[in-house]
Amino acid sequence: MENILLLLNDPIVLSVLLALIPLVFILVYALVVLYGEMKMAAHIQNRLAYMENGWHGTLQPFADMLKLLQKEDIIPDAADKFFFMLAPYLVFVGTYASFAVVPFSSEYVGSNIDLGIFYMVAVSSLVVVGLLMSGWASNNKWSLFGALRSAAQIVSYEIPGVLAILGVVMVLGTMNMQTMTQMQDGGIQNWLIFGGNFPLGQKLALIPFMFVLFVIYLLSSMAEVNRTPFDLPEAESELVQGYNTEYSGMKFAIFYLAEYANLFLVSAVVVIMFFGGWTSPFGSFMSGPVWSAFWFVFKGMAFVFLNIWLRWTLPRLRVDQLMYVSWKVLTPFALFSILAIGFIMVI
Amino acid sequence: MDSRVRGNDIRKIMTAFTSYFNDIYRAVSSAMIGMRITIKQMVSPTVTLQYPRVKKQMPDRVRNRLYMNFDDCIGCELCAKACPVDCIDIEVLKAPPTVDLGTTSTGQKKRIYVTKFDIDIAKCCYCGLCVYPCPTECLKMTDVYEFSEYDRHNLIYNFGTMTPNDVETARSKVKQYDEEQAAKKAAAAAQAAAAKAAASANPAPQAPSVPPAQNPESQKSSETPTT
Repeated sequence: MENILLLLNDPIVLSVLLALIPLVFILVYALVVLYGEMKMAAHIQNRLAYMENGWHGTLQPFADMLKLLQKEDIIPDAADKFFFMLAPYLVFVGTYASFAVVPFSSEYVGSNIDLGIFYMVAVSSLVVVGLLMSGWASNNKWSLFGALRSAAQIVSYEIPGVLAILGVVMVLGTMNMQTMTQMQDGGIQNWLIFGGNFPLGQKLALIPFMFVLFVIYLLSSMAEVNRTPFDLPEAESELVQGYNTEYSGMKFAIFYLAEYANLFLVSAVVVIMFFGGWTSPFGSFMSGPVWSAFWFVFKGMAFVFLNIWLRWTLPRLRVDQLMYVSWKVLTPFALFSILAIGFIMVI
Repeated sequence: MDSRVRGNDIRKIMTAFTSYFNDIYRAVSSAMIGMRITIKQMVSPTVTLQYPRVKKQMPDRVRNRLYMNFDDCIGCELCAKACPVDCIDIEVLKAPPTVDLGTTSTGQKKRIYVTKFDIDIAKCCYCGLCVYPCPTECLKMTDVYEFSEYDRHNLIYNFGTMTPNDVETARSKVKQYDEEQAAKKAAAAAQAAAAKAAASANPAPQAPSVPPAQNPESQKSSETPTT
């Protein structure tokens, strides 16, 4: 026991343990979402989905995992082996590194740096490099198409997304995600979507623009995680899964894991920016380190749910429609909102 | 003229503007409608039947696996003749009148040994044409539809209840009867010839003896190839 405590005093061991918390969370969450998404998809189509393994198929994700673990790891002959092997890990690292600045609770944030959200935007762009790498290294035209589409899509949707983040940063005056959350503490009325913790006039003026920025960020985040209606990079019907066509076994699983982790990441950013992060909606009631972790995960899962719901509702956009939405609708609205927010904050 | 052109331009810009906002409104509202529909579907009950455990009620008069009540078969071969895909394979042997084969449940007397009654259900097309000609209503289509097999030879159903031994005894009985008949006939012929000879007085050579007629039925049954 004393040895363990001594080990925990070692700063390196402690930081490794703390860094493992998001990883464990991602793994557990991926199993839950894998099951939840299949169930939701099925029930939206009046089906039942998994029913065989365990009660209502609850053991199915474990069975899937087991299958992926023991599958043969095939690397195509013509593939560029080094980059082919590297790509999935790069995609996952890009996502996992972003979790470093996400405040899971009032007491836990991997790295409480002042450039938090800026770092997140920068590091999650690594995903694009990984996707492009996988598409190129696969030496398969569909994979390359998927990767190119994904690069074009993510790069163009990063602009309205970052502009929306900029609007929020202008309102809160900080890029530290923990501070952003703390500024919205004190109940549901202090969340930024309801105008934040500001004098009444300013609050009322901010509400419509906050709502616009919220919708813009939600849409662009959906495009960034390549989910329907923006799933052109992995359009099953046209591109046979796009960039991950040639992957199998654990590498494929890591792509999936990264995609789901990314989904939670963007949901977490929406929650932190507009819905008060880990703060309790009832002020000081039900708050505290553990409750705040609960609220954070609960709100994040609510947005994951919204993402899944949208996925099984809307059809895929065409490429030109995709670009139209990004450049001609989201970007002008975001710019206009930033202008208006600037005026409101100055006044 | 200048002002008219300017007016046109303004109108064009205005229509472009309104259509831009209209498009956004329509996109958002139709997405909302879609989401309302999907969430309603999500909470509505599912339609999936857990098939191997829960089965759908089949309609009356459904045509699936053939069932044959062999006890009622009189060996008329009408079903085999009606079958469009020749999946019914019957071999029969005409029983001698001295043997009592019993009656069918409809009260008809059985006169023929049915030595073989095979239905190859893999060939069957479920038309039901064999059911209607059967005079004793011993063929019928049931509602059983799960009868897949690992070996397709198992799909040939042997409805006949006669064992090879039974068939042998039946054959020997028929043969014996035939021989008796032939002997009787020969005796009768000889008698008749003798009577004739006696009647026609002196010129009385030996009457040409009629060779015992082969039973056409038994010959046929032994020649039909067994599949």
